[in-house]
Amino acid sequence: MYAYDEIDRTLVNERVSEFRDQVKRRLSGELTEDEFKMLRLQNGVYLQLHAYMFRVAIPYGTLASNQLRQLAHVARKYDRGYGHFTTRQNIQFNWIKLAELPDALADLAEVGIHAMQTSGNNMRNVTSDQWAGVAPGEIEDPRIWSELIRQHTTLHPEFSFLPRKFKIAITASDHDRAAIKIHDIGLRLIKNEKGETGFEVLVGGGLGRTPFIAKTIKHFVHGRDILSYIEAILRVYNQYGRRDNIYKARIKILVHELGIEKFSREVEDEWQHIRNSSLQIDDEVIEDIRSRFTYPAYEKLPHMPDELRQAAADPGFEAWRKNSVAPHKNQGYSIVTISLKPIGAPPGDATAEQMDALADLADKYSFGEIRVGHEQNLALPHVAKRDLPALWKALDKLGLATPNVNLITDIIACPGLDYCSLANARSIPIAQELTRRFSNHELANLIGRLHINISGCINACGHHHVGHIGILGVEKNGEEVYQITIGGRADENAALGNLIGPGVKFDEVADVVEDIVEAYLALRERPEELFMDTVKRLGVEPFKERVYATR
Amino acid sequence: MTSPLEQKKIKIAGPSVVTANRTWDGIVVYRTAANGWSADLSDAAIVRNSDEAKALLAESVADDVGAIGPYIAPVQIGADGKVQPGNLREQIRRTGVTIGSPVQV
Repeated sequence: MYAYDEIDRTLVNERVSEFRDQVKRRLSGELTEDEFKMLRLQNGVYLQLHAYMFRVAIPYGTLASNQLRQLAHVARKYDRGYGHFTTRQNIQFNWIKLAELPDALADLAEVGIHAMQTSGNNMRNVTSDQWAGVAPGEIEDPRIWSELIRQHTTLHPEFSFLPRKFKIAITASDHDRAAIKIHDIGLRLIKNEKGETGFEVLVGGGLGRTPFIAKTIKHFVHGRDILSYIEAILRVYNQYGRRDNIYKARIKILVHELGIEKFSREVEDEWQHIRNSSLQIDDEVIEDIRSRFTYPAYEKLPHMPDELRQAAADPGFEAWRKNSVAPHKNQGYSIVTISLKPIGAPPGDATAEQMDALADLADKYSFGEIRVGHEQNLALPHVAKRDLPALWKALDKLGLATPNVNLITDIIACPGLDYCSLANARSIPIAQELTRRFSNHELANLIGRLHINISGCINACGHHHVGHIGILGVEKNGEEVYQITIGGRADENAALGNLIGPGVKFDEVADVVEDIVEAYLALRERPEELFMDTVKRLGVEPFKERVYATR
Repeated sequence: MTSPLEQKKIKIAGPSVVTANRTWDGIVVYRTAANGWSADLSDAAIVRNSDEAKALLAESVADDVGAIGPYIAPVQIGADGKVQPGNLREQIRRTGVTIGSPVQV
């Protein structure tokens, strides 16, 4: 966990007071909506279909148990008893009243949570690997660098009025769980030949109506130079980024139009002016941030405790363990992913009761720490293997032990037309129906790793472009129509999916996905060949033929 | 269900209302003939041509403290005179999410 210092606490508290005054002036009519809109957006407040929506930041996906309890409290006191975890390590409350928002913010500030950088044309919440600090083989905890960037960019005037929103993600593992290649800047933490810490820097990734996979702009930037290098990128973006057309304002468009070589040269020129400035980071700064992250006092525990051996006889436990439990860098411990994708439920939602109970379980079994991943699941990062059977029983009682992580029912979905004012079509009911169709765990296991991502409009909050199967809802002649892509992925081999053919109606989507899956099962060369491998080997055609042969 | 946030020209093809969200709590409201707002669609002022729609929208926009984001939305009027939302988006705004709450009530 990271412990905020006095500066952070003061900043968060001052922000609450400031927003309280702004809301008061808005409700009295002293501020018009035009004047207020940017102020509310800077505090994570959107207007959705039914109500205001309040988006709260969970920087680099790390939560303490007392923070999760406070999120539950906000859900219960100010909302309708639940929250929605998003694809960018935030949580959203869907029914909040503007008049009560300052109180909700004040309650969150008590535990160091805020809504800064969750909306508006600024540097957004810096995201990272939800397994940061515990993943085997990780080079170094990427959250230290995430926190450095958070500190530097929070309320930074140069980054507060960008042409468009700007997102950074950091990973420090070979396997990218932070989806860095679909971010404006993706940072992959690496070591150079001298063993020094630095970053491969990627730029220009993003989804939305014009999707791009990020390109490498520099193969190694030393850790001490990372702020100046990011600033150089931001300055080039600030200078050349389009402000006249919202659809062409993201940095991905600039990188595409200038070309990565020219863009790199511009950044390099800018960087040479500022790299030896006060932006160069002293080792002491990094060490100070590092010292504010606390790590558990792990015990020396056996690799295979008796409790685990005995529980292996229970098929329910074994199914969950094999699916949701991952190796930890310390012997005797595990990382447990908690699926927020129960069959038939909205992906990513958690009730206040579940959040409270999870906070208790985190205290009991995970040194009081919870993580939030971009796939809209949670994780307990430090669970002793001997505790896994007891944890599983407790999670099962809460409806949080569905063994479907990374399987076909572990669906990413945006709120869609049920909540979102930008949406053209519903996402959540499609996800619900698909989880019912594939609810048989043996079938889901037989299919293997397969990610379905669903967006209710072209803005792509559900990351449909990078779903192994991507589903995009659009509107055609007043009806919901869904376009299906296959072959996308968001990991270290990120790729955009390819459209398989004409859109299909709401009621047909689950049938089409079934057809695609049946085609895959028939076409794969062996059970170990994953869906993505089959698509890569054969392309879109055989799937297209199967889907449209009878339609 | 093109998002009304993209509504640039006022062109209506049938009976319509002005809808918005109430400022203090965000709930869905409809402009009434009495220059106010109501959470009940049956209280909404109905407009039937572009000039009426423009006028109703203009007075709605002017009431910036009462409600935010006003726009024109289609409605259907049944044989019994009951007013119903004219598309799925407005149906959802009126009756709520189509998926049920994750919280057991």
